Amino acid sequence: MALLSVLDRSHTIAKPGFSRWMVPPAALCIHLCIGQVYAFSVFNLPMTKLIGITKSAPDDWKLTELGWIFSIAIFFLGFSAAVLGRWVEEGGPRRTMFTAALCFGGGFLISAFGVSAHQLWIVYLGYGVLGGIGLGLGYISPVSTLIKWFPDRPGMATGMAIMGFGGGAMIASPLSVWLMRVFSTPTHVGVAKTFVVLGIVYAIFMLVGSAIVRVPAPGWKPEGYVPLAQPKKLVSTRDVYVYQALRTPQFWLIWIVLCLNVTAGIGVLGQASAMSQEMFPGRVTAVAAGGFVGLLSIFNMAGRFFWASTSDFIGRKNTYFVFFVLGFILYALVPYFGGRGNLPLFILCFLIIISMYGGGFATVPAYLKDMFGTRYVGAIHGWLITAWSIAGVLGPVLVNYIRQYQIDSGVPKAQAYNVTMYIMAGLLVVGFIANFLIKAVDDRHHMALETVDEAVGVA
Amino acid sequence: MADNNGSGTTALELALAWGFVGIPLVWGIYGTLVNAMKLFQ
Repeated sequence: MALLSVLDRSHTIAKPGFSRWMVPPAALCIHLCIGQVYAFSVFNLPMTKLIGITKSAPDDWKLTELGWIFSIAIFFLGFSAAVLGRWVEEGGPRRTMFTAALCFGGGFLISAFGVSAHQLWIVYLGYGVLGGIGLGLGYISPVSTLIKWFPDRPGMATGMAIMGFGGGAMIASPLSVWLMRVFSTPTHVGVAKTFVVLGIVYAIFMLVGSAIVRVPAPGWKPEGYVPLAQPKKLVSTRDVYVYQALRTPQFWLIWIVLCLNVTAGIGVLGQASAMSQEMFPGRVTAVAAGGFVGLLSIFNMAGRFFWASTSDFIGRKNTYFVFFVLGFILYALVPYFGGRGNLPLFILCFLIIISMYGGGFATVPAYLKDMFGTRYVGAIHGWLITAWSIAGVLGPVLVNYIRQYQIDSGVPKAQAYNVTMYIMAGLLVVGFIANFLIKAVDDRHHMALETVDEAVGVA
Repeated sequence: MADNNGSGTTALELALAWGFVGIPLVWGIYGTLVNAMKLFQ
């Protein structure tokens, strides 16, 4: 037990001279690993051939069954982030990152056993449940720590970490494909061994993050940083307890803002390849569409850093206003550019849209910090992630079903996405209104000063 | 660094930490960019 005490928050308090620039790499160690979840689909096809090897055998798993692994993982990401958020805040970042590493790495190892034994329920339990909990804990673990280290640039700091989540898939996808190629034999497709290697590598990488993370000493401020004497209207200087935050209209308005911003982007991201080929038949090949998806991933990642950093200068509310106004214009223009066959402007529209999708994720922790203070921002962020889970279902369903309905009604494939684009633009109008309604949190929701002191003491 | 008075974190530690996460990230971005160029071919 004494050994585990090094995980306590009290053991992670930075000594004088510790550079706060060590904390973003610690956060990136976690987010670059858990971002792997976006690349999990590279295992789907190989896992349909575990018995047949070259083609699916009757007893092999079906794609529909395998799709549940990702869905369960995302469900447990949201669930654990929401339910365990308070434990994360009170236990400190090192304990959380350590636990996330064991869960995420362990999830892979259990799944490797499930693949070897050809028992899908073990994979559901391993990567889906345990890995999903690791995802949720890992996602929120560095948020409040980064905000405390960078009170002068909270958007930039959390943007850096959440950018890592966007970049994780770019590493995981080619790495997984390469490992499967290395481990494949005439009798095995190499998935189980790939899971073992990934589980160990990710666990080590995440443990390094947990080892180097530090929390600032109480009262620490960056040198030369002077908090504004007259804080901005929408920036709270006092904290709101996590469950009290859920009782404020501000939390639910931000929930709507995030949900609608993500809904608009996630549907496009999932369908980008098919959409570009169908809207530009003969001009965008399957290979070129793959390149388009890659470009979207880069803008998704870069947007996280760019927009979150920008929000430090123009404010969170204004940043979301930009997302909703610019997003509305761009979504409305997509059918026009598609109709005129203007591929470069079509691509440009989607690159900006996707950058704002990523930016929405990365800016929201700082928005919560402005509203509810820093003490429980990680836990509150955990609850807010449920908006992502809902949007993850809503966005693709909207795009897929409306497209199918249009095609069934006789609309040519090239125009089948037009109505979807206008609906997405409409959703952004609702998001604009929700963002407009956000005001400063009422004083009655703030923690009493002595409660804050006790909480800091516990921390 | 404003908060580094020289007795704590060294430049080497910072370089190692950023290299540890930066190298795989740059590798991933490079691979994705190479793939993305197919859009313009």
